[in-house]
Amino acid sequence: MLLRYILKRILWMVPFLFAVSIVAFLLIQAPPGDYLTTYIAKLGESNEVLDQASIQNLRERFGLDQPLYVQYFKWVANLLQGDFGMSFEWRQPVSDLIWERMGLTVLLSFATLLFTWAVAFPIGVYSAVRKYSIGDYVATTLGFIGLATPNFLLALILMYIGVVHFGSDVGGLFSNEYKNAPWSLAKVGDLMQHLWLPMIVLGTSATASLIRIMRANLLDELNKPYVDTARAKGLSEFWLIMKYPVRVALNPFVSTIGWILPNLVSGAVVTAIVLSLPTAGPLMLQALLAQDMYLAGAFVLLLSSLTVVGMLISDILLVLLDPRVKYD
Amino acid sequence: MQGECPAGGTHQMNTPVIQIQDLNVGFSMRQGRVDVLHGISFDLHRGKTTCVVGESGSGKSVTARTILNMVPPPGVINGGRILFTPDGEETVDLTAMDPRGKQIRDIRGGRIGMIFQEPMSSLSPVHTIGNQIVEAIRLHRDVSKKDARQMAEEALRQVEIPTPEKALDRYAFEFSGGMRQRAMIAMALSCRPDVLIADEPTTALDVTTQAEILDLMAGLQRDLGMAIMFITHDMGVVAEIADEVVVMEKGHVVEKGDVHRIFDAPGHPYTRQLLGAVKRLEEPAAAKVRPAPDSGDILKVRDLQLHFEKREGFLQRVTDVTKAVDGISFDLRQGEALGIVGESGSGKTTVGRCIARVYDPQGGSVDYNGQDLIRAGKAELRDTRKQIRMIFQDPFASLNPRMTVKQLIAEPLIVNNVASGKALEARVAKLLTEVGLDPGMMERYPHAFSGGQRQRIVVARAIALEPKLVIADEPTSALDVSIRTQVLDLLLRLQAEMGLSFIFISHDMAVIRYFCDRVAVMFKGRIVEIGETEQIITDPQHPYTKALLSSVPISDPTQRGTRQRHRYQEPA
Repeated sequence: MLLRYILKRILWMVPFLFAVSIVAFLLIQAPPGDYLTTYIAKLGESNEVLDQASIQNLRERFGLDQPLYVQYFKWVANLLQGDFGMSFEWRQPVSDLIWERMGLTVLLSFATLLFTWAVAFPIGVYSAVRKYSIGDYVATTLGFIGLATPNFLLALILMYIGVVHFGSDVGGLFSNEYKNAPWSLAKVGDLMQHLWLPMIVLGTSATASLIRIMRANLLDELNKPYVDTARAKGLSEFWLIMKYPVRVALNPFVSTIGWILPNLVSGAVVTAIVLSLPTAGPLMLQALLAQDMYLAGAFVLLLSSLTVVGMLISDILLVLLDPRVKYD
Repeated sequence: MQGECPAGGTHQMNTPVIQIQDLNVGFSMRQGRVDVLHGISFDLHRGKTTCVVGESGSGKSVTARTILNMVPPPGVINGGRILFTPDGEETVDLTAMDPRGKQIRDIRGGRIGMIFQEPMSSLSPVHTIGNQIVEAIRLHRDVSKKDARQMAEEALRQVEIPTPEKALDRYAFEFSGGMRQRAMIAMALSCRPDVLIADEPTTALDVTTQAEILDLMAGLQRDLGMAIMFITHDMGVVAEIADEVVVMEKGHVVEKGDVHRIFDAPGHPYTRQLLGAVKRLEEPAAAKVRPAPDSGDILKVRDLQLHFEKREGFLQRVTDVTKAVDGISFDLRQGEALGIVGESGSGKTTVGRCIARVYDPQGGSVDYNGQDLIRAGKAELRDTRKQIRMIFQDPFASLNPRMTVKQLIAEPLIVNNVASGKALEARVAKLLTEVGLDPGMMERYPHAFSGGQRQRIVVARAIALEPKLVIADEPTSALDVSIRTQVLDLLLRLQAEMGLSFIFISHDMAVIRYFCDRVAVMFKGRIVEIGETEQIITDPQHPYTKALLSSVPISDPTQRGTRQRHRYQEPA
């Protein structure tokens, strides 16, 4: 039953992703002009002028002279074969550019998600069960500060502390010597050493909001009659709270995975630039600015897929957690 | 903690299993401590049922929870004690135990079981029934999971749940209200407690289901010999099951004693008032104004149909059809009150909503003064909706908490451009006076009013546009019994003064008898019987009506057991 549900949901993803690819393509085409106009303008800034013939030549080479739908179908047809096209700006295949960055992005997102939950869950439960205690007030205050602090500011503060007080190199995800080195155990270790800072920076506001969500959810559940029933059975306070109200309060918590995944990728651009992280955000921003359509298109498509996958994961978890959610 | 044994071993069997002595419970509020129990005392005896009666706010539920040392915060026990003397063991003081300690937790569920009012929400929505019962067993018995499952199955069989081995793996939401309450009872009794505390266990159930649950509890008590503390506000239920009665009012025990003594010679005025409210509902209201014999029909309903379709799959095929209203026809005369009675799921509420066009029926006609409401367009409906108003069951949920009483009552007047400014205010004041509320309270918010007062506000809003027809959907079910008659009397007076016609939907035969000229009995979307109220109640023809009437508790303990209860089985 559950397997059928998952299969069905995955099948539904196909037409959905197709629709997304159209929207993504149109979005990239939406700003006036194309990569060439941006390119020519850039050249113009350095007083180079291209003659009409070579512009036409370039236009043909990039396929920009063809009607939109032809460009789109070419793009999709190539996508299906795993070819994301060429990046105009980098003069490299898009797939070479994005896979490592996407990989690192997913790793960082996942680490941040774990961090967020590990911190938010116990604090959220604590502040609900001990409502209006000193601990609750402290958690609430810190939570609101966390919510209100812009990520990049936190990044700057932490970097400052890291550099000035610990003398460590905190930017990026790798030390200089590993930056362009091939993957090795040592490089993985180096990555781990660098991961914690962006993880904290990116996770703080999500943690803060999750604490608030958990607290509110649990407060709603704590006074439900089934909690009294459990208490009247003779369960100890700790177990009865963990087994019953927390379990029910988890539902909205799980739903958050769906939006946390894409949010971590697209919402973290500023932080990624400040911390000079080799993640997807900065590259995507650059590609959009330069109208580097195939690169940008690949990112938009991957982001959307990530959102869809995130929703799928959270829906599957919801079905597992709550029998009231129907399979069909 | 050292227990004590005031009576000595040999007399122990005569010692009440629970002795509540001068119990005082207070709630710490911002403005200081407010006592909700003022030194109450009563006993529970083995094999006996003690009914604790009182209206909302009397402290019944707090007493029940205090026995298990589960006073809801910010409440604290600040006086008295509760002695517990299980069979062959020493007496212990429950109130002296640490509310989170092991000692009281062993007693909760193990020696004293408890069931609650709302079977809907008292079971966890995300755990199977079996999981919850097995947990209760394994907390108190050192048995393997497999054995515990066996015992849970046995417990479910005992409460007469069909196919208990399958029921174990089902969830609460897959059960009906009555089945859930059975599962709750099975869970509470799974460890063979000495005492069962039942906090209004049948209030949320239909009369037929209530009758079954009461029979079940009586049977289990005979078999297991436990003491039952049964909290209720329904004197009829008390007459059916109680051995002893404890009457509570505002945190005091005002009277206690044998059930026959309480019913024959109630000593306290409050007890008399409670009994009087029940007795008054056993006959039609004296102040009833019958419609004039020559009055015409205001409403003609013909073959009304409403089906809910369940659609499934990619193509949204119809896989299941629920015939909520399956060909209903009746007439309503000018100034008449027609009752619609039936169990939950019989479609009685849906009928009311179809007539008010909250739902769009699929077939039939509703002729209101020559106009077919089902085919009426938006503009016509706008007009008829001024004349046909609804009153809903829950006065707490049907008033927007963020609007003042004045705004609430004025809303229909403003929407329909009837009055504004000073005239509007005068109109609202007049309406409030008419429903027996002080016009000076119009700037207050609904939370400042009691349930009965809120229902009066709802009534004021309903009559604001001087309607011709009022559809009242269980308007008194959420109210205490003494308030119930007050609201009914108010409706009767308005009916007489304004010449209102009523469609009165209820599951409560007593209320129907008090209020309605005629009654229609509904079962599974159809009217099985319709006629003069008195005639139907004294001489029912259809077997379903007979079954329904047989389930209504008789508020006379001497009549107990004289009536054969049965549930209506539909002929195949």
